[in-house]
Amino acid sequence: MAKGVAASQGYGIGQVIIIKEASLDFQRVTISDVEAEKKRLADALDVFMEKTQAMADDMKERIGEKEAEILEGHILMMQDPEMTGQIEGAIENEHINAEAALDQVCDMFIQMFSSIDDEMFQQRATDVADIKTRMLKILLGVEEVDISAVPAGTVLVAVDLTPSMTAGINNQNVVGIMTEVGGKTSHSAILARALEIPAVLSIDGIVGKVKNGQTVIVDGTEGEVILEPSAEEIDAYTAKRAKYLEDKKLLEKFRGKASQMASGEQVELVGNIGNPNDALKVVECDGEGVGLFRTEFLFMDATSIPSEDEQFEAYKEAAKNLDGKPVIIRTLDIGGDKAIPYLGLETEENPFLGYRAVRFCLDRKEDIYKPQLRALLRASAFGNIRIMVPLVTCVEEIRAVKAMVEELKADLDEKGIAYDKEIKVGIMTETAASGVIADLLAKEADFFSIGTNDLTGYTMAVDRGNAKVAYLYSAFQPAVLRSIKRIIECGKKEGIMVGMCGEAAADPMLVPVLLAWGLDEFSVSPTSILATRKVMSQWTMEEAKEVADKVLTFATEEEVVAYLKSVAKA
Amino acid sequence: MVSQKITINNPQGLHMRPAGVFAKAMTKFDSNVNIIFNGTKTNGKSLLNIIGACIKCGSEVEIECEGVDEEEALKTAIELIESGLGE
Repeated sequence: MAKGVAASQGYGIGQVIIIKEASLDFQRVTISDVEAEKKRLADALDVFMEKTQAMADDMKERIGEKEAEILEGHILMMQDPEMTGQIEGAIENEHINAEAALDQVCDMFIQMFSSIDDEMFQQRATDVADIKTRMLKILLGVEEVDISAVPAGTVLVAVDLTPSMTAGINNQNVVGIMTEVGGKTSHSAILARALEIPAVLSIDGIVGKVKNGQTVIVDGTEGEVILEPSAEEIDAYTAKRAKYLEDKKLLEKFRGKASQMASGEQVELVGNIGNPNDALKVVECDGEGVGLFRTEFLFMDATSIPSEDEQFEAYKEAAKNLDGKPVIIRTLDIGGDKAIPYLGLETEENPFLGYRAVRFCLDRKEDIYKPQLRALLRASAFGNIRIMVPLVTCVEEIRAVKAMVEELKADLDEKGIAYDKEIKVGIMTETAASGVIADLLAKEADFFSIGTNDLTGYTMAVDRGNAKVAYLYSAFQPAVLRSIKRIIECGKKEGIMVGMCGEAAADPMLVPVLLAWGLDEFSVSPTSILATRKVMSQWTMEEAKEVADKVLTFATEEEVVAYLKSVAKA
Repeated sequence: MVSQKITINNPQGLHMRPAGVFAKAMTKFDSNVNIIFNGTKTNGKSLLNIIGACIKCGSEVEIECEGVDEEEALKTAIELIESGLGE
């Protein structure tokens, strides 16, 4: 087995074909007839333009406008007066052949782009290298490798797939791609995803490790390849592949659709994320926003308290990535169970009942909470940000946070710094107390988001990590269900949005119950978004209400689970 | 010679697409067109050199045109940048 970058999801099983470039060696020679050499160059340029345009047109038709742009960019690059001018200049002044002139001018541009440490510029270097290769082939009369003609069930293996090579790839024949270079945003990766061909890139020395015709497995989901699979492995991956394709086909029908019940009631279906980049994943998975953005990563990955500006950039990036869709950002949720030396937290006997989350933040106003809230307010000018306060157990806490927010707003107003004046400040209802006083909290908070993971732990007084008592940890416990129902009802009564950001929001057994109780927003892991939308679409409100009423008649968790299993839809 | 300062507002700066739109439009003029950024002159008709100049979003550049149709070239350049270069 070998590991690489998981560049395009899915599983491919097939026979290796190694794509090797023909030798493009040439001699640098002194020429006597400058005009004839310039004519050779001009003719080669014409052929290049014609071939590239044809590839771009084919790509546009088969794959898409965006993918064809890369090739159209190559045409523009070859039309650049500096490029052609310098090649001609070298022929004229140095009396060298067109191959040598092309080579040195292209290398200069490759050098210029590669020296910039940015993936976009590395891509431009790849583009020029690809152009150079194709021009040399034309000048030398070398045949192009025709990837479009490979047999069905081929796994392509190459050092790198250049844009011109990928243009010939057809998903009828190619079942997988393995290369030695390239990342998630390389041409090969983008194209593989567009064609839905599983791809693992950047596998160390893969070209030397396989032979033509050898059967291999490409696991583009995990970023692994199995080079000499056993019969069992082939069977296992064949099954995995079938299931993956089937699930994908069924779920794709829900992309771009509203999150609604069979009877038409709509809710919001959003994603949980841990860093600003994940926001893009939510968009890719068709989420309608972010229901929980955990800010701990900013603090865990640092060696000192992240500055207001650093935080501002991260929050702003997430908001911009979501492009106006709501982003609920949870303020720091940390305590003595996490070793973050620079925070100076002491080890506690009961960290989960101790100095953590909002309690810690309200105690460390100046160095922790104010900079975070100020960063959130400033970022709110760039998108639809909402602030969420974790671990609230009494009204004083939300009041204190709101007062601090008002104070910071006044300061921003004074300094003329933009922020969203209507920014909502809500709470994560995740403690036993927040369930009991949900009626009081609903009068103070702008929204609720039920954190079922902690709500279950705190309500049942159970540590899910302790195997001896973990059996008590279940969101199906009547105590937890009653608490969820109460929180939703109290929120609705005050007219605030009630969401859920725990794992339960994506549980197909609980979704109808939550819909019936009137939950407004479901925040799930991005990969569960389409599956959850599907479950929602399978229920009418009438059916869901019947199930939700019945659930409350059971006295034990076992009965609740047995019943919900019996009515769950496939 | 005529010139004017202007701020680049393309989100990813002058990368392939907007640089291509700019270079292509400038090629139509006889005048020499230069983009001056951070004290360096770049040929405004050269896609590759514009990309290589690493002009990021929010950067101020100076467009300089010299030749028979310099007024027209500068006007076109400024209008194009203001309109977002096709983005």
